[in-house]
Amino acid sequence: MSAALAAAAVLLIPLTIAGLAVINAGLVRSRNAAHLMMASLCAVGVGAAAYIICGFSWQGLAGGPASVISVAGRDWNWAARQPLFLSGVNVTGFAQGLAVWMQILCVALATMIPLGGGAERWRLSAMCASTALLAGITYPLFAHWAWGGGWLAQLGVNYGLGYGFVDVGGSGTIHCVGGLTALAMVWILGPRRGKYSADGLPMAMPAHHAVFALFGCLLTWAGWVGLNTAGALLIGAIDPGRLGLVGINTTLAAGSAALMTAIVTRIRFGRPDASLTANGWVAGLVAGSAGCALVPPAAAIVIGLIAGLLAPLAIENLESRLSIDDPGGAVSVHAIGGIWGLIATGMFARFPMESFGARGRSDVGQWVAQLVGVATLLGFVLPLSYGLNRLLDRFLPQRATPEGERQGLDLHELGAPAYPEFLTHSDEFLQR
Amino acid sequence: MRIAGFLLLIAGWFLVLSALVLLRAAWPQAAFVLAGMAVEALGLGMVLRSHVTPHGRHG
Repeated sequence: MSAALAAAAVLLIPLTIAGLAVINAGLVRSRNAAHLMMASLCAVGVGAAAYIICGFSWQGLAGGPASVISVAGRDWNWAARQPLFLSGVNVTGFAQGLAVWMQILCVALATMIPLGGGAERWRLSAMCASTALLAGITYPLFAHWAWGGGWLAQLGVNYGLGYGFVDVGGSGTIHCVGGLTALAMVWILGPRRGKYSADGLPMAMPAHHAVFALFGCLLTWAGWVGLNTAGALLIGAIDPGRLGLVGINTTLAAGSAALMTAIVTRIRFGRPDASLTANGWVAGLVAGSAGCALVPPAAAIVIGLIAGLLAPLAIENLESRLSIDDPGGAVSVHAIGGIWGLIATGMFARFPMESFGARGRSDVGQWVAQLVGVATLLGFVLPLSYGLNRLLDRFLPQRATPEGERQGLDLHELGAPAYPEFLTHSDEFLQR
Repeated sequence: MRIAGFLLLIAGWFLVLSALVLLRAAWPQAAFVLAGMAVEALGLGMVLRSHVTPHGRHG
């Protein structure tokens, strides 16, 4: 029963990937839309290949062979030790095959996130190379620590910190890793040409297709229910009886976040902003993932409301005060939303007896475990991602040429625009 | 400032790891972890400031 449920849930995850790709494509200008969708396809292909070639070797599955060091008499499980190319995994067996398949989809989802941050100025070839680094090195290391029986997952056993680092649906493992990689890329690429005036004021570069962005939200909703359900069954080992709660919480977090963003933008700008509301919706999904099977529905609403408040405020302030030009809102939605989701899990989670062996509310130890996970994302994942991509930039420049940016990456890199029948407005080509 | 910021991010993480290894009591451990995260926040702030594009140098 639970095996069939898990398989059905995993089948839904590609909708999340498709939804994010459509949202990102809708949020960029029309001259870069086809390039972004093309980049999404390439990211899935490169990410899956890099993960299978070497990424899975570091990540492994919980209980598999691992590199363990002893510090002050306690075991620290740092990395898996699986052979390359999945050769140590029985992929024809249902359980292991399904677990690996889910991980490939999670990697593919993580690789979608930086595309939103680097949109409109990230060269396709460099993006593929950067994706290989994310899927082959950065993601698998953190995923092993959190999901593969690594030291974060064992904080409860080794150090008495609650039930260890809990991230059922991947707020940290997928979204924060992807969002922090997006931040590193935004820093390395710099802002788009014409984004800031000479006196430093950000210029509006409106999304070209609000319907795409909002339709993508509905796609992500369907996929996210599958992602959180698969995470609850295959990673959290949650009792199948709680799967209804997973769906309820996923929907409540997304809906309340979108409503809050619509209200915030109505207050700030006089009307609800469709693009930012799409970002708020996804921020709610991201924040609700970590504790999707463990928090009561009322808490899911609170998690969503705060995520929906944080997302538009972060997007506005990062852009205007810190020169973070992030067309897809990847940093605010996935990194900040993911961190909030991890902290909220420490605040609101109720651990069921049937899955965790002891019933209990979150205590100080669980809080500390969640904070250690957040500290690891900021203190390890962000510097690693920045360092790897900065190094890559020396050998393979990541930013498109000024002429390519002015022309639009559709024409410049793909040779054809997304909408050939559209008129091009000459003022878009003027330097500000 | 950028390199110093990244070094602070890493140093803050090591402080957090040190808290796990060296301290056993719950509240001192939590306080030490929060201190490590404060160091990380300082580092993140420095890196963020170092990437702010100066006026007049925008593309």
